[in-house]
Parts: sequence; structure tokens; C-alpha cells
Amino acid sequence: MITPAVSLRDVTCAFQPRTRRDTPYTAVRDVSLAIADGEFVSIVGPTGCGKSTILNMIAGLLTPASGTVSVFGTPLSGLNRQAGYMFQADALMPWRNAIQNVMAGLEIRGIPAAECRRQAQDWLQRVGLRTRGEAWLHQLSGGMRKRVALAQILILEPRILLMDEPFGALDVQTRQLMENELLALWSANRKSVVFITHDLEEAISMSDRVVVMSAGPAARPIGEFVIDLPRPRDVAEVRLTPAFLKIHAAIWDTMRDEVLKGYHQHERV
Amino acid sequence: MNASEPHGFLLNLGRAAMLVGVLLAWHVLTATGILPPFFFGTPIKVFYQIWVWFSTGTIWRHLGITLLETLLAFFGGTLLGLILGLWLGLQPTASALLSPYLKAFNSMPRLILAPIFAVWFGLGIWSKVALGISIVFFLVFFNVFHGVREVNPVVLANTRMIGANQRQLLRMVYLPSAMTWVFASLHNAVGMAFVGAVIGEYLGSVKGIGYLILEAEGIFDIDAVLAGVIVLTICAYVLDLIVTAAERHLLRWQAH
Repeated sequence: MITPAVSLRDVTCAFQPRTRRDTPYTAVRDVSLAIADGEFVSIVGPTGCGKSTILNMIAGLLTPASGTVSVFGTPLSGLNRQAGYMFQADALMPWRNAIQNVMAGLEIRGIPAAECRRQAQDWLQRVGLRTRGEAWLHQLSGGMRKRVALAQILILEPRILLMDEPFGALDVQTRQLMENELLALWSANRKSVVFITHDLEEAISMSDRVVVMSAGPAARPIGEFVIDLPRPRDVAEVRLTPAFLKIHAAIWDTMRDEVLKGYHQHERV
Repeated sequence: MNASEPHGFLLNLGRAAMLVGVLLAWHVLTATGILPPFFFGTPIKVFYQIWVWFSTGTIWRHLGITLLETLLAFFGGTLLGLILGLWLGLQPTASALLSPYLKAFNSMPRLILAPIFAVWFGLGIWSKVALGISIVFFLVFFNVFHGVREVNPVVLANTRMIGANQRQLLRMVYLPSAMTWVFASLHNAVGMAFVGAVIGEYLGSVKGIGYLILEAEGIFDIDAVLAGVIVLTICAYVLDLIVTAAERHLLRWQAH
């Protein structure tokens, strides 16, 4: 069997309570999941289902209470150095301009400044921001900032890409543009992608496989769906095909009860 | 820009007119005796005094000393505040241990330390610098200290994920982020550095603008006192303008 890029085995993650009287909050329980090298996997589920918790454990930002996270067969300890992480919120350094943000990772690795700049310019071009390198972040639109963030991560050539609802804050048109661009970049140089979203259509249109989570607490995967829609895909067009609608109906059937459950739990709190 | 905002030239004209108006009122009120010149001075004598100071050059050694004390206190206090604020902000244990003492020091009116500094450092510039630093330091320190805890955690996590170690985080995230809070306190710090220098000079010195003012007050020369006050005010204002220019440059990444 080929070693998966990422594998989680019986992973549980709990958060310490704020006060001593509260019981610890178990975000995810007994999660087992494997992502193959070069595979694009989306994790979908209702709000509060621990999607981000799973991603943070793969990134090494969180340590599981029990179970193991392995990266290319090696158990993970500390931060995952094979992974690039794209956050939901703006995560760039606002005191650096676009190109300085893109080259930050190379700078950290001690690569000479001129070489950093050359590669960063090359990546800015690839994400369609050739002329905006000197712009400050507040001078860029939300979509442009996401491109800078993508370039900042991809310039380091990670073997795994972790994305936590990266396009959630964008408007629908910009979002579909970014999704198509991500797919284009991804298919040019296939990395493993773990993509978190609550948007089922986004998940299906981009992924090779969709994992559905149950509602939290103690969330776990309750369904896996292989998406065999042909590539290359256009995320806007693929949504109109009968095959897409069929998969969508099947996954929604699994998800619906959990979404309602999650909704009611939040209402109670 | 707001359409109703006054034009730059008109604005400056209005400001100049205001200054002239106040000086004129001062002159008229003291010349007619409504305000006794003995207590309020007269603008002509005050500016004549300033003119004498600068034309004979007697002011330079006093102004030089006061500015030196002020700048040393300003940079020394700022640097210490920045370093200690960053360090303690990143050391939860040490900061928890020290926090009641730091708060006590901060709530203590530091001018009462002036006599102690005079004993420790003598009547030269260092007792004034120490007093200035003790005031400026806390202004900067508390701003940086609280600011460190408000560094955007997502930016921090992202910079760690692209490979930064603790030292690189300090240089790439904490320090630039701290500059925002440093500058928030520097405008106050400029004035406070002058306070430290001049109060120190009042309490015992043989040089400096504070000494000059004290000496004039001793012979009831209110014009010279006011002249000293005006010279100091202009110096503090110029220093504040320099801080503003530095702020504009270093924080140019912020949206305005």
C-alpha cells in the first residue's frame, strides 16, 4: 500500500474548560482519515463540527489528546513542515507590502534577498498580481489579498496544502474565480489538499473526495463520497451538470440531519 | 476629503490670525494696565528677551543642555520601554510576578523621585535624564506590554506556519506590530521628557532652560520666565513634528 500524505488514526481532540467546574469540550472523537499524495479532499459539516480542529491537528498547531497524526508515514511532532496553511481570516503581515509578504517564507529559510525577490515576483505573476508587488495590503481587494496569501504559501512548495474556508469572506464571483485559479495551480503541480468548507457545492466542484462530518461535540466523519466528475473542471459550469446534482443530492441526504442537529445545539446554547 | 473642510491656505491664515489676535490682546491688556505687567509680562519685552538670548548667544548652552537631557530621556526611556514591554509581554510568568510592582511604580508620581536622583546622580545632566527616563519609560512600557498581547493570533500562526522561529517572530511580527503602540505613546513621551528635564533643573542645576526660568523668577523678571516657557514650547512642538514625520514613515503601511 502506498503511504498516504496525511493519515489520522483514532484521533481525539479536547479543549480544556475555562473554569474548573466545566467538563472538557471534546471537539472531535475517534477520527480516522487518510489523504493520498496529490489528492484533493474536502471536509464539510455543520458549524461547530470540528473541521478546523482536524486541520489544525494536521498542521501541528494542535496536539491530539489521543491517536496519531502521520505525515508521509512519520508521526507528527511539532509543526507540520511539509504543509502550507491558508487561513480563513487575513493572515498576512500588514506592515509588509505584497511582494515582501510573498517572499517572507524564503527569507526565513535564509535565502539571499535578491533570489527571494526574483522568486516572489515570479509567483506574483502566477497569481495575476505582476504589477501589484509594491502595494500595501489595505490597497488590495479581498480577492487580491487571498492571491498574495496563496503565493506566500506556494512559493515554499509544500507537499500538503491545508485550507480553512479560505474563500469564505469573498463575494460569489471572486470566489469562483479564486476556486478556478486554485484548481489550475493545483493541477499544474499536484499536491495533497485538505480543504475545509461549509459550502457543499464548493466542496463537490473542487474535490476528488468529500468527507462529511457529524455535528459536534465529539464529531466524527459519517460519510465519504468520491467525486468522479471529469477534470479540468470549471467550478461554475460543473454545478449545472446532472452528475453534479446527483452527487449533491446524495451527500445532502447524509448531511441534512447533522446540519439540523448542529443548528439546534447552537440554538440551545 | 470633506468638501466643507477649509482650504490649506485659508486654514493657515486663520491660524496665524489667531496667534496675532492673542498677542495683540495681551499687548493691549497689559499696555492699558487692565492686566498688571508685573504679573503678566508684556509681549514686546518677552520677545525682546528672546531676541537678546539668541542674538548674544547666551541661550545656546542652556538650550543645548535641556535638549540633550530631553533627547537622552526620550530615546533612553522609549528604548527601555520597548525592550522591557516586549520581553515581559512574552513572559507570562515574569509579568504575573512583577505586575503589582509595575502598577505601583506607575501610579507613583515620579516627580517625587527627583531629589533621590539628584543625590544619586549629582546636579549634572544625569539626574535629569534619569527623571525623564522614569517618566517616559512607563508610558511606552505599558503601551507595548498590553499591545504584545493583542498581536493578531492569525498573523502569528501564519508566520509560524511559513517557518518562523521565536526570534524571527519577534523581528517579523512582534516588533513591527509593537511600533504602532510605541508611536501611540511617543507624542505624550515628548512632552514628558521635557517635564523631566525642566523639573530636574528647577530642583538643582547651574545650566539649562529650567535654571534660566528659575533664575528669572528669583528676581521677579516675569518677561524672562515667559520667554523661557515660549522657547521650551517651540522646542517641544518641533520635536513632536519630528515624531509625527517618523510615524508617517514607519507606519506608512496603515490605511489612513
